Formats: sequence, C-alpha cells, structure tokens
Amino acid sequence: MENLKTTPLRDWHMAHGAKMVPFAGWDMPVQYPTGIMAEHKQTRENAAIFDICHMGEFLLSGPGAKDALAAVVTHNLETLAPGRCRYGFLPNERGGVIDDLIVYCLAQDSFLLVVNGAREDIDFTWIKGRIPASLHFENVSAATGKIDVQGPKSLEAVQAVLGRSCDHLKYFSFEQTTFQGAPLIVSRTGYTGELGFELYLPWDRVQGVWEMLAAHPAVAPAGLGARDTLRLEMGYPLYGQDLDEEHTPAEAGYGAMLTSPASHTAKDQVLTVRERLVALHIPGRRSARHYDRVFSATGQGVGQDVGLITSGSFSPTLGHSIALAYVRADAAEAEDFVVRAAKAELAAKRVDLPFFQGGSARMKLQQA
Amino acid sequence: MIPKHLHYAETHEWADIEEDAVTVGITHFAQEQLGDLTFIDLPAVGKDVRQGEEVGSVESVKAASEIYSPVTGTVLEVNTALEESPQLANEDPYVKGWFFKVKLSEEPTGLLDSEAYAALVVSQAH
Repeated sequence: MENLKTTPLRDWHMAHGAKMVPFAGWDMPVQYPTGIMAEHKQTRENAAIFDICHMGEFLLSGPGAKDALAAVVTHNLETLAPGRCRYGFLPNERGGVIDDLIVYCLAQDSFLLVVNGAREDIDFTWIKGRIPASLHFENVSAATGKIDVQGPKSLEAVQAVLGRSCDHLKYFSFEQTTFQGAPLIVSRTGYTGELGFELYLPWDRVQGVWEMLAAHPAVAPAGLGARDTLRLEMGYPLYGQDLDEEHTPAEAGYGAMLTSPASHTAKDQVLTVRERLVALHIPGRRSARHYDRVFSATGQGVGQDVGLITSGSFSPTLGHSIALAYVRADAAEAEDFVVRAAKAELAAKRVDLPFFQGGSARMKLQQA
Repeated sequence: MIPKHLHYAETHEWADIEEDAVTVGITHFAQEQLGDLTFIDLPAVGKDVRQGEEVGSVESVKAASEIYSPVTGTVLEVNTALEESPQLANEDPYVKGWFFKVKLSEEPTGLLDSEAYAALVVSQAH
C-alpha cells in the first residue's frame, strides 16, 4: 500500500478487528467483525457511527463570497440561510460533475464546503482559480475530522454524548457549537436515509468523541461497506461511479434541483441529457456490478446495448439485488432491461427511487 | 476452524469423503475472506463434475468468487437451504453450510490434509 493516509481512528479500527481497505487514498475500515449485513441492519434499526475523516472541507468567506461561490457551484445560495446546508454539484465547463458537495452557510458570506476525499485537491484548485483572490479560501481538511452518526436512535446517542438537545435541528440544518472547549458542527444530514447527524470537529478531538459514542448502548461502528449498501438503497449517487465528469447533474437525476438564479459555470450544459441514471430492481439475489452492460429487453431496440451499471449490490433490507445504471436517454423510459453480469443475464425492472422507502431521515423530531 | 477429518482444495473448498458420497463446501477461511454471502450458485443435481472444474459461484456484498469441485463424480444433492439463506455458509461452513454432494467416479488426487491446508491459509492470510 503506497502512502495511504490515515484518520485519527485507524488504531481504534485495527484494535476492533476492522478489515481495512484503500479508499480514495485513505486506509479505511470496510467492515468490522460483525459484517456488512449486521452493520447495515444496525444503522436501519438502531444507530451506527462511521469514520468519515477522509472527506474534504473548505472554508470560503469575505465580502462577495456568496456571489463568487454561486458562480462555480449549482447550489441555489439565494435561498440558503445561515444554519442551513444544501447538496449540489461543482460542474466543469461541459456541464459534467467535477464533484458533488454540500455547502453550509455559516453566516452571510461565510461558507463551509464538504467534498469527496478523492476530489479534494482537484476541487480546491478548480475553485481557487475561479474566485477573487481577495476572498479567504482555505482547505481545512487536514485539521477537520468528521464522524457520521446514523440511525433512528442517533438522536438519543448524540444528545447523550454531547449533553445538549439536537431535536430542534431540521433535515439539512446545522448548528455551530463547542464541545469540551473545541469547535463542533452538528449537522442533521447523512448518506444512509436514516435520521442522522454529521459531526465536524478538530482532528485531535475525533477519537475522544468517537469512543464516547461507541460506548452508547444504541451505537455500533459501521464501515464503508455498509455505508455503500445503505446509500445505494436510497439511490444516493457515489462520485466516481454514479457521478463523473462525463455526466451532467440532470443525467444523474438532479435536473429539478438546479434552481440557482446565478450564472454559474456551464449553466446550460448541466441540463444536457444524453443518458439517464436509472434505478433497477433485480428480482434475484445475484448482483449486477459496476461496468456490467445493460441491454433493452422490450420494444424495437430489443437486445441493443443501451447502458452501463454504475453501482450494484444485494440490498440487505429488501432481500434482492438493486443497481443504478446510465442508460441512453432514448431507451431509458422502458420498464424492462437485461443486465449482462459476469455469470448470468439478469432481468431488471426500472423503478423509482428510493429503492428503500422506510428511512427515518426526514423524521419530525419536535411537534411544530 | 480447520476440521481434521476433512480434505481441502487449494481453492478453499473442503471435501468430506465418505463411502457413499462426498460432501463439499467452502472453508471457514474462504467465507471469512468473502464476507457476508448474499448469493450462492450451485451445480444442478445430476451434473457430472471434474476435480478442479468451475461448478458454481459465490457472491458477497463486496466480492464474487468461483467454486471448483474438489472431486470427480456426479452431483447427487445440493443444499437448497442456501438459496434463501446463503449466510449459513458464513455461520456454519462445515455443517449447515455444505454446498453439494457428489458420488465419486474417480479417486481424488492432490487434496490437502488439515495440516497442509492450515499452512496454506497462514501463507495467504495477511
């Protein structure tokens, strides 16, 4: 393994029997001895903690920061108030996706950008070259740790550990606070479809908070394996598989959320649709995998190669296989497809997302 | 985790060689390497299989792998419980998680005993 980066929790993961794998240049836990299925179920039914310290964080602030940022990302920043965050894209000049990211509005003209670990340097250089030099723009990834607490019991665990109530936080809102004298952001967001919180804290505070969370009776650690099956059941895209520089946000299914009034990079091109990311229900237990080809199963073009699987897995919650695939737009409205997997041809039916409907992510925590 | 009475293939299948039939499965080491199994494709009953031939496959959330027959003969029976419950091969790889049974038509050659297989596992574990 050549120079993999490590999070503050690597020794903890090893001591707890995690299977470590290289991911986005980092040495990360893919699973603990409990296994992916148990960790997935733990997240859907109780609460799990995920080490997400590999993700990148940038700070952008100064007079005009909002307008400068709005010129490079697809997020509508006009309606993003302090204390709220929003998902969106960093488009290239052709409308392809350089990265997907969450923008946090910390205050007027002050933002936190949370990006994929594997894209951190590319994103930073891209944005830096397109904003006024007068703005403060800083890559704080190396100093910023991130712990995701996800699951219907995440609220009670986070509240017990932090000693403060978090039930006033609405989905995609956050709060800047302190914990044991250090800055902390508690964000009601996540990548699992369950009620959950993402905690941003100084690198050297990660282990202490992690151990307190791990000691809570409702909580168990989960690795990147379960994170992947959880996000796929929701149809959340993974950069590098379901999102890339060759596909636009509209092709990925996010056309309707491209409401920014700003004139940003590739404003028209991000709406281009040549292919569509479709959700496929595969009745058996056999998985389609990334790079498997997709063929039309009905109509005039039956048997034609029309697409490519970008993510595929057995769904632990649903008990059958699910997949995402980029399919040629003129073939993407069909209901039936055939996936040519390594060992068999799999019948697949196009369905609406999410695959899993029962997530607690948007659960109302307080009576209005 | 390596029963003494079984024979082993280098591809991590075990064979329980008895007079009337040979029972085949994958080893504890194999299931641990694969992780939680989600799908097991078994040969059809009645199929003639040769030692070393690919006769099926296993899938986990993160991986897929081929199954090779450790013996030559005819498939007598398959473990149909694995169709809906492939995790049996994780939980109990040597008993409830057996894959298929073969009526031998040739004596197997070159299978490892438990000691030799233990040495192989040590050399492959990391």
